[in-house]
Amino acid sequence: MGDPAVQNDAAVEAKVVDEGIDRGVEALTPERIESVINQVFEKETGARLQAYVETCVHCGLCSEACHFYLSNDKDPKFSPVGKVKQTIWEMVKRKGRVDADFIRNAVEVAHTQCNLCKRCAMYCPFGIDIAYLMLVVRRICHKLGVTPLYIQDTVNSHSVTMNQMWVKEDEWIDTLQWQEEEGRDEIPDLRIPVEKEGADIMYSVIAPEPKFQAGLIYQAAVLMNVAGMNWTMPATPGWDNSDMAMYTGDNEIMARVKRSHFETARRLRVNKIVMGECGHAFRSIYDMGNRQLGWKMPPIPVQHAIDFYDELLREGKIRIARKFEKSVTLHDPCNIVRGRGLHEKSRSVVRAMCDNFIEMHPNREHNYCCAAGGGVINCGPPYKQKRMAGNRVKAEQLAATKAEVLIAPCHNCHSGLEDIIHHYKLDMEVKFILDILYECMEKPE
Amino acid sequence: MSTMTDWDFDPGEKVISMKEWKERYEWVEDPQVSPDGENVAAVVNLGNGEFTVCNNGEAWESPCEKIWCLRFSPDGRLTAIVCQEMEWTMSVDGTFWDSRFDFLWNTRFSDDGAHIAAAWQNDLTYGMTLDDVSWETGYSNMSGMCLSPEGGKTAAVVQTIGLNEGEIFKFAEGAYTAALNGKTWPRNFMNVWDIAFSSNSEHIAAEVRLDRTTYTIAVDGETWKQRYDCVWTPKFHPSEHKVVAPVRVAGAWTLAENGVLIWKNRYLQLWQTLYSPCGKHIAAIVSPAYGKWTMAKDDQPWNNRFGEMVSDPVFSPNGDRLAVSVKDNGKWTLAVNDQVWGQWFNRVWGPVFSPDGRYVASRVESDGKFTCAVNGKAWEKTYDFCLDPVFSPDGDRLLVRAFKDGAYYRIVIPTTQIAG
Amino acid sequence: MHTIYQFVSGPLAWIAFILFAGGCIYRVAALLHTVYQKERFIFSYMSWRHSLNSIFHWIIPFASVNSRKHPVMTVVTFVFHISLILVPIFLLSHIVLWDEAWNITWPALPDGLADVMTVLVILSCVFFLARRIVLPEVKYVTSASDYVILAIVAAPFITGFYAYHQWPGYSFVMILHILAGEIMLIAIPFSRLRHMLFSVFTRAYMGSEFGGVRHARDW
Ligand code: HEM
Ligand code: SF4
Ligand code: SF4
Repeated sequence: MGDPAVQNDAAVEAKVVDEGIDRGVEALTPERIESVINQVFEKETGARLQAYVETCVHCGLCSEACHFYLSNDKDPKFSPVGKVKQTIWEMVKRKGRVDADFIRNAVEVAHTQCNLCKRCAMYCPFGIDIAYLMLVVRRICHKLGVTPLYIQDTVNSHSVTMNQMWVKEDEWIDTLQWQEEEGRDEIPDLRIPVEKEGADIMYSVIAPEPKFQAGLIYQAAVLMNVAGMNWTMPATPGWDNSDMAMYTGDNEIMARVKRSHFETARRLRVNKIVMGECGHAFRSIYDMGNRQLGWKMPPIPVQHAIDFYDELLREGKIRIARKFEKSVTLHDPCNIVRGRGLHEKSRSVVRAMCDNFIEMHPNREHNYCCAAGGGVINCGPPYKQKRMAGNRVKAEQLAATKAEVLIAPCHNCHSGLEDIIHHYKLDMEVKFILDILYECMEKPE
Repeated sequence: MSTMTDWDFDPGEKVISMKEWKERYEWVEDPQVSPDGENVAAVVNLGNGEFTVCNNGEAWESPCEKIWCLRFSPDGRLTAIVCQEMEWTMSVDGTFWDSRFDFLWNTRFSDDGAHIAAAWQNDLTYGMTLDDVSWETGYSNMSGMCLSPEGGKTAAVVQTIGLNEGEIFKFAEGAYTAALNGKTWPRNFMNVWDIAFSSNSEHIAAEVRLDRTTYTIAVDGETWKQRYDCVWTPKFHPSEHKVVAPVRVAGAWTLAENGVLIWKNRYLQLWQTLYSPCGKHIAAIVSPAYGKWTMAKDDQPWNNRFGEMVSDPVFSPNGDRLAVSVKDNGKWTLAVNDQVWGQWFNRVWGPVFSPDGRYVASRVESDGKFTCAVNGKAWEKTYDFCLDPVFSPDGDRLLVRAFKDGAYYRIVIPTTQIAG
Repeated sequence: MHTIYQFVSGPLAWIAFILFAGGCIYRVAALLHTVYQKERFIFSYMSWRHSLNSIFHWIIPFASVNSRKHPVMTVVTFVFHISLILVPIFLLSHIVLWDEAWNITWPALPDGLADVMTVLVILSCVFFLARRIVLPEVKYVTSASDYVILAIVAAPFITGFYAYHQWPGYSFVMILHILAGEIMLIAIPFSRLRHMLFSVFTRAYMGSEFGGVRHARDW
């Protein structure tokens, strides 16, 4: 029995066992594959897929956009267009007549070797959206019943509970009450107003917060109380803004989960939804989930935490009592930077809190993804080694800053970067903006 | 128990100051108002980790460790979910139910308020209780709790087969079903959502998912023969035994009745179907084009389109008029029978018809100031907060329940004072 | 020989131009029609400002980050595309043909410059070919059709260069040149060369999504 630390990559690769894929692939028949692929191509896609396939001049210029490619010693299989070649091109060329082994590879490529980070869309001279193409592959695999097990389990949780982590209804409410009680030790009249109809803000979080990181709800409650916000949190399903169905191509469940979120905000008649530091959830409520339901833009405005903190600081509702001392660097999460252009706001918040801020390079829209996003980390342990190998460039980028603290204002990034820091033995602590803001802000005596 | 005819609809104003409560207690939580507007109540903090409920200035006797979900029932009783010695129960006007639970939530009232139901958790099993009588069986999970309109029956989606983390294939075989009064349907599904009761409470229908991509409607456990890409909440006809539901066919939404497509138009979205009270008309919120929302009545979409949202559709009692709140360009207003009110507000709540259908009123907010509006005209008096207006049975008077400067106001005015 | 010349420069040229023009119109119309049929939502996100902003950043050399990362490729591709489009249109001997046939003229490029540009196109094609063979990430996604397309593009320039310099057998090569030009024209709407038509749309769409919804740059 070998010590895992000395296993070589090939051994790791050979060991990837994913029951979700293996059992799914066993049940495939050539007819089923063909009919599903063609159904998706004919009924669910259109000009975009066609234009992207026909316009691509096979120039390879998108390659260097992708951290998987850069980190895997420029192995062309990991280049954005290389992933399209292994999936969509063949499906189109063979009119869906591909075999089960092909699907097995396709699902792995689309689900675990692409973070849907859209960096490559900024590098392709034609703006070909390879993340979209990978989502089409995932949609096909979803319909074929071939989806990595861990993320499928998460989607199942969404479908049953409307949250990502099988958090039961009572557990959610209990967590809010518990955090409110905890908070009163610090601020005696602290409230987490649940179900306050007509409040200004509905604060929404992702399910890992009540499940593992309830302290974040506590910190947010302190922030809301100190800033004097008229806010509420729902006591019903719909409180969770996360969405893994978006990443498995289960658009129906995505729509259902997002509907429940927006309907909850509508029922409470809030002016806006403010959400915690999460990127994919922002993408889901700002970009993809609303569209699936027919809303061009979110029917109730959604504000990401960064934007909200920036507003509070600018309006003087929150003041910094003392600056954070350690040196910090800042990660730009794809979904709120390439997805919403919040990079300058996050910098203004970080500068307000920290004196010693070191940029990593490249940054802003050109930042490297954390390799956890796009549902990749949610595919679970079987793919962790590959995920680590697939983001060496991030580790190098982080190491070069020599900062003591890495600010990652997104849950996925946060976990993914923690993995990377651990794997590459970097000496860095990962924090949310709120961790530091909570520490540094003025609080009532 | 009060019925609406006993309510005080004489024009005038009653004020209950809550300032003094704030002095008496550590803090006063968000106040609740009774349907007739005569009572205002709030959870209050007595200090030392003790809470009680203050109703019109009078506190409930026994203090509790925790109190939440303070709600007036439609018949005016005041309920709250309370915790004493780590055990939860329901308090109705300060009197506790006999049963104790590890957790209690989701208070539901029958239409007349006579019955009260809630969801409970005991030793990590889940069930419902109706007027302090609990389901015999508990389930490992439960969601979508509901109470029948007249209050005799409870239903919920329950999990009958245990699932460990990652058991996606067992999940696919079906671990969920619906339970009526705690008794499950004979078969399981991959998912069950959004239970609807028939108006006589005899039947329930729900959305079900058969496999990853196949959806349909099940009525009393029997699925429709037809299969769809997706479905939304079913609705029973008010008097006949038939069910309608929005269904998605070939990528577009339409309406099906007992499995048969009854609307010809196809929409990008279609949900929240509602029957007129007599059952003659069916309406639904629809999206006829991407990013455009409106109402469709009997498959006829309105001409007005709204960019952001259409919400809370309601028929007038005689079924002739259909009102809905709408949102466009960040502003809300009401639309009645395809006529949009002239004035737009920062927020507008769901429409309220007078019993004779002459008037439509709503609670509105602009610049943080709340008031009520009737037939498109907002009252010039504004408040810090207000609740949905209530019409007198003849529709001539309007009850406004509002808060201002730490006091609660119960105001009755002639409806014409706003409507002109 | 003469009749072949007559044929390729007469009816065949007509056919080529008609297929080119008709094909281009058809392709663009079909694309927009498919959007209308299947992804109508796209129209609601299109914005002139953001479309043009994105297009400009990608047709100006070194205005995008990626073009700065590949300076040689950027120079080659701009020289290639500019020459490729200008030479056939502004070559004196081509304008003479238009004048003879339709009595229309426009200013011509100096012959010497056109000659240099022709060489640049040919060298660019050699460069592209080398990339395809040498660079692993390009090689991996290269199929036979990519070589054929390169050949189709290079052929009119190689033959044109040969004929212009009147090297032995140039009258035969002239026929080849005309044929090659016609093949290239026809290939534009019917091969991956249709990126000439689609690139504006893909760019504009990505520019609109990034600029209008995502509030981020896409260059
Ligand atoms: C006028 C609009 C056009 C635009 C915006 C355009 C743009 C591009 C771009 C962005 C590339 C990607 C690779 C690179 O940068 O070299 C490319 C490649 C290419 N273009 Fe164009 N193009 C246009 C017209 C044409 C035409 C009319 C032809 C020939 C008939 C052509 C032939 C080619 C060829 C052969 C390549 C491939 C180079 C390789 O093999 O790597 N292009 N074009
Ligand atoms: S991970 Fe990002 S850069 Fe790489 S292919 Fe996917 S979307 Fe493109
Ligand atoms: S950069 Fe664009 S055109 Fe070139 S290979 Fe990548 S996707 Fe294709």
